[in-house]
Amino acid sequence: MSTTAPVAEKAAAAKRPKRYSRRVVVGLSGRYLTLCLMLVVLVGPIVWQFLTSLKGRGESVYEGVLPSDPTLDNYARVADAFPLFQYVGNTLIVAALAITSNCLFAAMGGYALSRAGWRGRKTVFTVLIATLMFPFESVMISMFLTVREMGLVDTLVGVWLPGAVSVLNLMIMRAAFLAVPKEVEEAAVLDGANEWQRFRRVFVPSAKGALAVVCITSFMGAWDDFLWPLIVLTNSDNYTLQLGLKTLAGATTVNDQRLIAAGAMAALLPMLLLFFALQRYFFRGVGEGAIKT
Amino acid sequence: MAQIAGTDRGAATVAKGADRVPGPPGARETRRLKKELGQESGLVHRRWWTPYLFLLPGLVLVVLFSLWPFINTVILSLTDAQILRGGGFVGLDNYVRALGDDTFWLALVNSVVYTVVVVPCLVFLPLALAVLVQKKIPGIGFFRSAFYTPVIASAVVVGLMWQWILRSDGLVNTVFEKLRLVSEPVPFLTDSTMLLVSAMIVTVWKGLGYYMVFYLAALGNVPTSLYEAAAIDGAGPVRRFFSITVPTVKPMMLLVGTLSAISALRVFTEIYILGGESGGPGGDSRTLPFLIRQVGLGFAGETGYAAAISILLFLLTLVFSVLGHRLSKGDES
Repeated sequence: MSTTAPVAEKAAAAKRPKRYSRRVVVGLSGRYLTLCLMLVVLVGPIVWQFLTSLKGRGESVYEGVLPSDPTLDNYARVADAFPLFQYVGNTLIVAALAITSNCLFAAMGGYALSRAGWRGRKTVFTVLIATLMFPFESVMISMFLTVREMGLVDTLVGVWLPGAVSVLNLMIMRAAFLAVPKEVEEAAVLDGANEWQRFRRVFVPSAKGALAVVCITSFMGAWDDFLWPLIVLTNSDNYTLQLGLKTLAGATTVNDQRLIAAGAMAALLPMLLLFFALQRYFFRGVGEGAIKT
Repeated sequence: MAQIAGTDRGAATVAKGADRVPGPPGARETRRLKKELGQESGLVHRRWWTPYLFLLPGLVLVVLFSLWPFINTVILSLTDAQILRGGGFVGLDNYVRALGDDTFWLALVNSVVYTVVVVPCLVFLPLALAVLVQKKIPGIGFFRSAFYTPVIASAVVVGLMWQWILRSDGLVNTVFEKLRLVSEPVPFLTDSTMLLVSAMIVTVWKGLGYYMVFYLAALGNVPTSLYEAAAIDGAGPVRRFFSITVPTVKPMMLLVGTLSAISALRVFTEIYILGGESGGPGGDSRTLPFLIRQVGLGFAGETGYAAAISILLFLLTLVFSVLGHRLSKGDES
C-alpha cells in the first residue's frame, strides 16, 4: 500500500491540472447558481414589494415585475392615507428613549457585574440570568397590569419602559468590560481617578463596539416591535409605525397593494440602510451575547 | 419589546451552551480568580455598595418588568382576577379549567405542531445555507448580507408581504392558475390548517438568515486540515459533510434547535397579520400567545385564567430548554 500510493499519486498528478480546473469551474458555477436561487427566494419578495411600490395606478399589480413607468406617487399617497410621519415620529421617540436608557443603564450595570469582589454579585447575576427564562408572551399580561398601575397605558413611555434595559445588553456590556486589562484599571486608580471617572473615562471608551451593538439591538427592537405596542396603545394618535402599518393594511378603504407596499417599504428601508451601513455590528450582536456571557 | 425579550431568551440558552462548547475547561474560573486576586492585591478599592449604585437603574427595571411580572403571573394564575377587578384565591381551578377547555387544547396543539414542524427546518436549512456561503468566493459578502435581510425586516412587514403573495388572488395562486395546476385558488389564508402552514413558511423564511449566522460561526471552528485529510483519504464532499461538518456543528445544532423551538412557541405576529385579529377562520389557528392575549386583555379580560395559560406556556418553553440542555450534556460525555 505504502509503496503503491506515491506511484498512484504521481499518475494522478500528471492528469490532474485539466480535470481539476474543470471540476472547479463546474462546482463554482453550481455554487453561484444555488446562491442566486436562494437570493430569489429570500430577497425576491422584498424586491418585488419595492418594485410594486413604484408602480403607477394604471398598472396591474401582478403583471410584469418591473414598473413600466416608475413613480414615487405611492409614497406621497401613503402619507395622505395614514399619518405616516406622526407614526414614524412616535416610533423614533420610543427608539431614542430605548437607545439612551439601554446604553446608559446596561453600561453601568454591566460595569458593576464585571467587577469582582463584592457581596451578592453571584446572586444578582443568577437572578438576571433567570429572568431570561421568562418568554415575554408569558409575562405580558402582568406587565400590562404593572404599566396600567403606573398610569402609563396608551403612552409612549409605557411602550418604552419595559424594554428600557434588556438583560442581554447588560451581558454584552459585562463581557466587553471583562476584556479590559486589570493594569489599565489600576493605572487609572494610581492617577487618582474615582470609580465613576474610571467607568466614564477608561471603561466606556474601551467598549465602543459593544455600545454600538447595544444601540442597534435597541433601535431594532423599538422599530420592529408589534405585540407590546399593540397591547399598550389604544388611541391611534399614539401608534408606532408597525401598528399604523397593520391598521393601514387592514383598512377596507385602502384596497391598493401599491399603497401598502409603499408603507411597508417606508418601514423597511431605514432598517435596511442601517443594516448595510453597520452590518458588522448586526452580525456581532448575534454572536456577542451568545458567546461570552 | 417582544423582539427584545426574544433575543434575551436566546442569550440565556446561548450562554449556557457556550460555556460548555469552546475554550479550555476552567478558563472562566481562572479568569475570575485572577480578577479576585487583583482585587485582594489591593489597588482597586471600593465600598460594598458602589456596585449596587451602578446596578440600581438596571436592576429596578429588571425587577419591575421581568421578575415581578413573572411572580405576579404565578399569583394571578391561582386567582379568579379579571381585568377590571382583583380576584380571590381559587387554587388550581384555572389550570383544571384549561385542561377541560377545547380552545386551550386547540391552541396548545397548534403551538406544538408549529414547533415540531418549524424546528427541523430551522435546524437543517440554515446549516445548508451556511455551508453554501461559507467558502470565500468573490461576492460572497453580498450574498451573506442579502440572506440576512429577512431577519431585519419586521414581522409586520414580512407578514404583509407574504399575505399578498399567498392571498386567493395573490402571486402564488395567480401563477398556479396560469399553469392550470389548480382549478380554484389554494386557501392559504382562509383555511385554518393552511393558514398555519403559511405562517410556518413565513417563520422559516424569516429565520433562515438568522441561524445561518450561528452556523457560520460554528463552521469557522472546523479545522481545514480535517477536510484535507479526509479528501486525501478519498472522502467525497457529501461524506465529508456528514462525517466532519455535522459532528463539529452538532452542539450548535442543539442550540439552534432550542432557540428556534422557543421562538416557535412564541409565534404571534405572523398569524395575526396573515389570519387577522381573530386568529384565522373561527379562531382555529390561534397559538398559545394568541390565546393569552385574547383571554387576558380587553374589557372582559380574565387575567387569572390568562395567567394560568401563560404559566403553561412558560413550562412548555422550559421543557424545550431543558431538553436541549440535556441533549448537549449527554453529547459531551
